[in-house]
Amino acid sequence: MVEALLFFAPASLIIIGALIVIFAKNAVHNAMGLVMTLVSLAIIYITLNATFVAMVQMLVYAGAVMTLFLFVIMMIGVDKKEQTTESIKGQTFLVSGVFLILISLLAYVAISSDFKWDLWFPPVEFDTEGTPQLIAGVLFTEWIFPFEIISLLLIVATAAAIALAYDTKKRKSNA
Amino acid sequence: MSTELIIALIKSNIVLAVLLTNTILLIWLERKLVAGMQSRVGPDRAGPFGILQTVADAIKLLLKEQIMPLKADRAMYLLAPIIALVPSFLIFMIIPLGPDLNIEIGGKNYIVDFVGADLNVGVLYFLALSSIAVYSVVLAGWSSGSKYPLLGGVRASAQMISYEAAMGLSLVPVILYSGSLSLVDIVSSQSGNLSTTIPILSSIVSFIPKWNIFPQFIAFGIFFIAAVAEVNRAPFDLVEAEQELVGGFHTEYSGFRFAMFFLAEYINMFNMCAITATFFLGGWLGPTFEGFLPPILSAIMPIIWLGVKTFALLFIFVWIRATLPRLRYDQLMELGWKRLIPASLVWLILSAIVLGLREFGLPWS
Repeated sequence: MVEALLFFAPASLIIIGALIVIFAKNAVHNAMGLVMTLVSLAIIYITLNATFVAMVQMLVYAGAVMTLFLFVIMMIGVDKKEQTTESIKGQTFLVSGVFLILISLLAYVAISSDFKWDLWFPPVEFDTEGTPQLIAGVLFTEWIFPFEIISLLLIVATAAAIALAYDTKKRKSNA
Repeated sequence: MSTELIIALIKSNIVLAVLLTNTILLIWLERKLVAGMQSRVGPDRAGPFGILQTVADAIKLLLKEQIMPLKADRAMYLLAPIIALVPSFLIFMIIPLGPDLNIEIGGKNYIVDFVGADLNVGVLYFLALSSIAVYSVVLAGWSSGSKYPLLGGVRASAQMISYEAAMGLSLVPVILYSGSLSLVDIVSSQSGNLSTTIPILSSIVSFIPKWNIFPQFIAFGIFFIAAVAEVNRAPFDLVEAEQELVGGFHTEYSGFRFAMFFLAEYINMFNMCAITATFFLGGWLGPTFEGFLPPILSAIMPIIWLGVKTFALLFIFVWIRATLPRLRYDQLMELGWKRLIPASLVWLILSAIVLGLREFGLPWS
């Protein structure tokens, strides 16, 4: 009973949030719909015992990324009427087609395979899965190389962004 | 209904009651302290020493008309005060108030832990919820449909993101020292006294409790400055600078919705101080005088110790407010990005090196 509530409440919030992202006219409402989706997803992670991933999800996506989104939306201004006409011809038709194909694929897989319609996961010992110690242990031993490569990639991206934005000529003329 | 569920219900109700009455006390205390520091009398009409003044103010705010600006974005305008209040209550749930307690009900033994929830990702939970709290200020500023709140909201989002980074980074060395992300473990790692291998110092040092503030004093400084900025208190109250922005993000709020912002601000302030005490000042640790005091008093001594430490830090919050003038916006950003974040990074590397040497010895030996 409690498990069902803990699954269906956030799951329906995820879908409602996603619908707000697509259909709301106001950019700030879109952003808040996305926040709702991300936070509800974090709750689903917690029910799956992935507490570390849930907290990182809240901290990075719902906390930092979306706040910057809102900041940018406010800076640009939301008073301007968004363009409602299709920028690509037949955009709505194409997207609906792709959506239908994906949904039917999913339905086909669900019906044809021996996928169990069982939402009740076997109970997991709380301190064994998804703890920060376990993730850190695997991340810093087995997966250390990809981990370092990703961090290098991020630094390169940051440096590139600074290099692009830094106007050397303007700096010299001002100085 | 199971006993665990009943205990959880009692816990959450106690937290609600404690935080609400505590806020009333805190507002009165702040007004009295600031008045004293500025050679004024402060509130002195309602009740003894004016202690009922806040109660009167709260009743006034509840009975006031709620005004909504015509240009306000209705949904977001109503949502913002709720987003402000919820994280502040949730953060308090992870602060350990004392050691586990054995309670006997009907011949059965129950172990009641004096903490809302002992999470194994407690520190991350705290940081995540304080980053959620940014939304309330940003949304309140934007949805009011007025220029001063919008300016306050934009300032707030920039300020809180900047100082969150410094706050998170300053906590990393503490986590390294304690070896856990759980607040209960962080407190228990601070029990006992300091020890050193240097023979002359060891007799002096052994009287000092093993609180994180002593080895991690720079992390404490960075965290405390970032905490003041994170709850938008003076001298970092650019979000609601009266002289520039009328009331900042909550200019257009009135009545109960304004009271919710006010409540959230004071609960956040209290939470920050309690968390600082937990991370750096040993939390509930302290002599319980077992044997000298009656057992019931001895059992609640940890809560009293945590309260003493928290209110000492709150006094510093108020003291800073009464002493320092507000920072300029560029000074605020410079302090955050050019001073606090590099300092916390350097301190993190230094602590990691010291811990590594202690754990593994010199690399060439």
